[in-house]
Amino acid sequence: MAARADILQGRQKSVAVAGDQPLALDCAKPSLAGSVSQRACVFCGSRVVLYPVADALHLVHGPIGCAAYTWDIRGALSSGPQLHRLSFSTDLREQDVVYGGEKKLALALDRLIPQFQPKAAFVYSTCLVGLIGDDLKRLCRQASEKHGIPVVPVESEGFRGTKKDGYKAACEALYSLIGTAEPAPLAPGIPRINILGEFNIAGEAWILQSYYRRMGVEVGAIFTGDGRIDAIQRAQGAQLNVVQCSGSMTHLAQKMKERWGIPYIRVSYFGIEDCAEALYEVARRFEAVPGILERARAVVAQEVAAVLPALEPFRKDLQGRKAALYVGGAFKAFSLIKALRMLGMRTVLAGTQTGGPEDYERLRSICDPGTIIVDDSNPKELSGFLRQTGAELFIGGVKERPLAHKLGIGFCDHNHERKEALAGFEGMVNFAREVHASVMSPVWALRQSEL
Amino acid sequence: MDSMLSQAVEDALKAGDAAEERQGMVNACKLCAPLGASLAFRGIHGGMPLLHGSQGCATYIRRYMISHFREPIDIASSNFSESAVIFGGASNLRQALSNVARAYHPSVIGVATTCLAETMGDDVQGLLKTRALDEPAAPPAVFVNTPSFKGTHAEGYVASLRAIAERFAQGGSRIPLLALMPGMVSPEDLRALKALVASFGQDAVLLPDYSETLDGGAWKEYCDLPPGGTTLERLELLGRAQEALELGATLAGRQTAGSFLKERFGVEHRVLPLPLGLKATDALVQHLSGLSGHPIPQALRDERSRLLDAYADGHKVLFGLKVAVYGEEDLACALASWLAEVGAKPVLVASGGESGRMQAALQASIPGFDGLDCRVMQGADFEAIGQAAEECGAELLAGSSKGYSVAKRLKAPLLRAGFPIHDRFGGARILHLGYGGALRLFDSLVNLVLEKKQSDSSVGYSYL
Repeated sequence: MAARADILQGRQKSVAVAGDQPLALDCAKPSLAGSVSQRACVFCGSRVVLYPVADALHLVHGPIGCAAYTWDIRGALSSGPQLHRLSFSTDLREQDVVYGGEKKLALALDRLIPQFQPKAAFVYSTCLVGLIGDDLKRLCRQASEKHGIPVVPVESEGFRGTKKDGYKAACEALYSLIGTAEPAPLAPGIPRINILGEFNIAGEAWILQSYYRRMGVEVGAIFTGDGRIDAIQRAQGAQLNVVQCSGSMTHLAQKMKERWGIPYIRVSYFGIEDCAEALYEVARRFEAVPGILERARAVVAQEVAAVLPALEPFRKDLQGRKAALYVGGAFKAFSLIKALRMLGMRTVLAGTQTGGPEDYERLRSICDPGTIIVDDSNPKELSGFLRQTGAELFIGGVKERPLAHKLGIGFCDHNHERKEALAGFEGMVNFAREVHASVMSPVWALRQSEL
Repeated sequence: MDSMLSQAVEDALKAGDAAEERQGMVNACKLCAPLGASLAFRGIHGGMPLLHGSQGCATYIRRYMISHFREPIDIASSNFSESAVIFGGASNLRQALSNVARAYHPSVIGVATTCLAETMGDDVQGLLKTRALDEPAAPPAVFVNTPSFKGTHAEGYVASLRAIAERFAQGGSRIPLLALMPGMVSPEDLRALKALVASFGQDAVLLPDYSETLDGGAWKEYCDLPPGGTTLERLELLGRAQEALELGATLAGRQTAGSFLKERFGVEHRVLPLPLGLKATDALVQHLSGLSGHPIPQALRDERSRLLDAYADGHKVLFGLKVAVYGEEDLACALASWLAEVGAKPVLVASGGESGRMQAALQASIPGFDGLDCRVMQGADFEAIGQAAEECGAELLAGSSKGYSVAKRLKAPLLRAGFPIHDRFGGARILHLGYGGALRLFDSLVNLVLEKKQSDSSVGYSYL
C-alpha cells in the first residue's frame, strides 16, 4: 500500500485491504498515544447514549470542560421536555480536588432537582472524580431518597477504557431503571417492541415509529431517542428488542434477555434494503399476528414506490463515483456501503472507531476487493487514504469534515450532530440529495483553475 | 422541527436562586484551560498541541474548535488508560511525543496538562528535560500547566503564551521590534492587527499568530500541519524587543508573557484594552505612532473618518439600546466600551471568568460607568446571564453563539462576536478590531435592530 510509510508503528496491523483472505485486523484496543485518534473517551460514550433522554437531569460531576463541550451539540429531538439540551455541571475546582466533591454534588442535586423537576437524574462521573474517589453510588442513593426520583450514577470516568466502555456504563444506568414500573397491558393482536440504539436525530425515531404504527406494532420505549424515564422504567413489558447501532446497545438487550427473557434482533434503518429488511424481520418475529407480514410489505411497497423515482436523478450523476467513509460503529458502515451502492457509488475506504474482529470480517465480505479497511484511524492516515484512493466523497463526523474540504473532496455528515434525517425510506432521499450536493458542487472544479 | 425549549424548562431557567448562592452550573459561559492552550500552540509555526490526559479531552476540544474555525485541527493526546492512572502517565507521554514527532514533524510540541495529569501529579517538566537530553534531535517541547479545574480557557491561553515566551525568548541587544500579544481574537483580527502595525513600518512578532493556521486557504497538497504561525526564530527575538504590548483590559498585573519579558529581559511592558471601537483603536494607533516614530498614515485617518461618519448615520437606531454582553472578560469589556461609545447602553457585562478585574476595566474605559447602572457578573453561567439580561431589560445580546438560547427566549437579536460561533459560517473571519472592525460591528448592530423592527412590523417596510 502506497501510504504505508504514513502509518505509525503499532498501527500498521490496523489497516488492511479487502480481498479473499480474512483481515485479522488489529482492533478493539486502546488508541496509540500521540496518534490523534478520532475517538473520544468513556464519558463521551455514556453521554452519547443517554443524551436524548429528554426528561432527565444530566449532571456532569467534574470540571467544566466535560459538560461545556457536550452542551446541546446533538440533533436528538424531543416531542416534549427539553431538559437534555441543557448542560449541568458541578464545575469542580481546585479546593474540590483537595477536599473531595461530594458536598458540591449533593448541593447541586438539592438545587437542580426541585428547580428543573426531572423524572430522574443521571450523574456522570469524569476522570477527576475517578481519581478523588467521591462515592457516587452513596450520594446518588441519598439524593434519590431525599427527592423521590431515581438518581442514577453513570460510571463514565474518561480513562477507564474506550468509548465502547462508556456505552456499557450507560446501558448499566438504563438497566437499573428498567422494571421499576408496571407496563401497561398489551393490546390484543398488537405486538410491542422496544427500539434500541436509535437517538431520534432530526426526528428519525418518529419516522420509524410511523412505519411500525402502520404495521400494527406498538413501540414501547425508545432507547434513547425522544426518551422518557417512564417508558424506560416500563420497558420490560415489550416482547422484542429491536437493536440498531448494536455497538452501543447490544449489552442492554443482552441483559434484558437474561432478566426478562426478551429476545432481541439487530437491524439497521439506513438505506432502503436494510430498512425494509428491518421491518420484515420484526414482522416475521410476530408472524402469528394475523396480517402483519402483509402490512409490512404494504408499508415497504408504498415507501419504496415513493422513494425510488426521487433517487433516479441522483443515481444518474453519482454512477461509478468513489466514496470513503469513517464512522463510529461498524453497523453504520455496513448500511452506508449498501446505500452508496444503491446510488451507484463504490466504497474505496471504510473505517470505524469502535469495530470488533467480527465487524471487520463482515465489512470485508460486503466491500469490493481493494477497499481499504481501517480501525481507529487518524487525520494523517485518513487524508493519505483519501488521496491514494481518489475518493470524491467522504462520509464521517464533524472532525473529518475539514479534512475532506481542505483536500477538495465533498463531505457528508453522518454523525449525531446532523440536523437532517437520514434513516428510513425518506431518509434515503435526504441522504442521496446530500451526497449529490456534496459530489456535484461546481466548487471542486474551481480548484483546478489557475490565476 | 423548531425545537424551542419547552415552557417548563424556560420557567425553570428563570427560577434559580441568586447567582452567588447557586450550586451547580447550568450552561457554562466558559471552557476549560486546555482549550486555551491548544489555541495558543496553534499560533506557532509547526506547533502541535499535545494534551496530557484522556483521549476525550483532545477530541472534544478538536470538535469544539473545528466547529468554529472549520479547519483541520489536530490535537494529540497521551491517551491515559486505567494503568496509566495507577502507574503514572510518563510512558504514555513519552510514546505520544515520539509518535507526534514521527507523524507530524512539528517544529515544536506544546504539552498541556489536564485535570487528570494535574491531580496525579505527573512530573512532566522533569520528563521533558530528560527527553531533551536523551534525544537532542527531537523537536523541542513547551510545557504549560492547564488543570481544567482552575480558571477558564482564557487563563489557559494566557498561561500558554507565557510558557512559550519562557521557553523560547532569548536575551541580547535591543532591536526595533514589537512583541505583540493580541489576545484571544479571530484570525481576521490578527490579519488586521498585522496590517495596522505594518502600516507604521513597525516590525512585530505576534504571540500567537494563528491567522493562517486556523483560517487558511485550500490545500494543493496535503500538509501535516497547516502553514503559517510565528516561527521559533522569531519567538527567540522576543527577549530583545523594544516593547511587549498586550491587548486585553484585564491583563495588567497578571502573570503574562509580557510581564515575563519585562522581568526576565527588561523589555518595556504595556497593556492596552483590545482595540475594539474608535477610542480603543485610537489608543493603539497613537501608541504605535509614538513607538515607531512614524506618523499616522492617511489611509488610517480615512478609515477612522469613515467610522465617525457611520456612527453619525446610525446613531439614532442605537441610542439607549439596552445590550447584555457576555464572553471572555477582555472581549466582554471591549464590547461594552464600544457599545457605550456609540450611545447604546450596556446593562449587563458577564463572563464565566473570575479574575475580579472587569469592574475596574470598565470603569477605566467607560466615562461615568458607575452612574450607568450596568451589572457586572463574573463566574456567570447562561442561566444567570439569562435571568440578569431579562431583569435588566436587555433588548439585544452580544457575544458568542452560546447565548442564542437566551436571545431566543428574550426575543432579542444576537450580535455574534468572539468564540465560539457554532451556528453561523465565518466565525474565524469576524473582524472586531481596529476602525474597520468597529465599522463592521456597527453596521451589523444597526442592521440587527432594523431587521427586528422590520420583521416585527406588519407593514412590510422596504425602506427604512
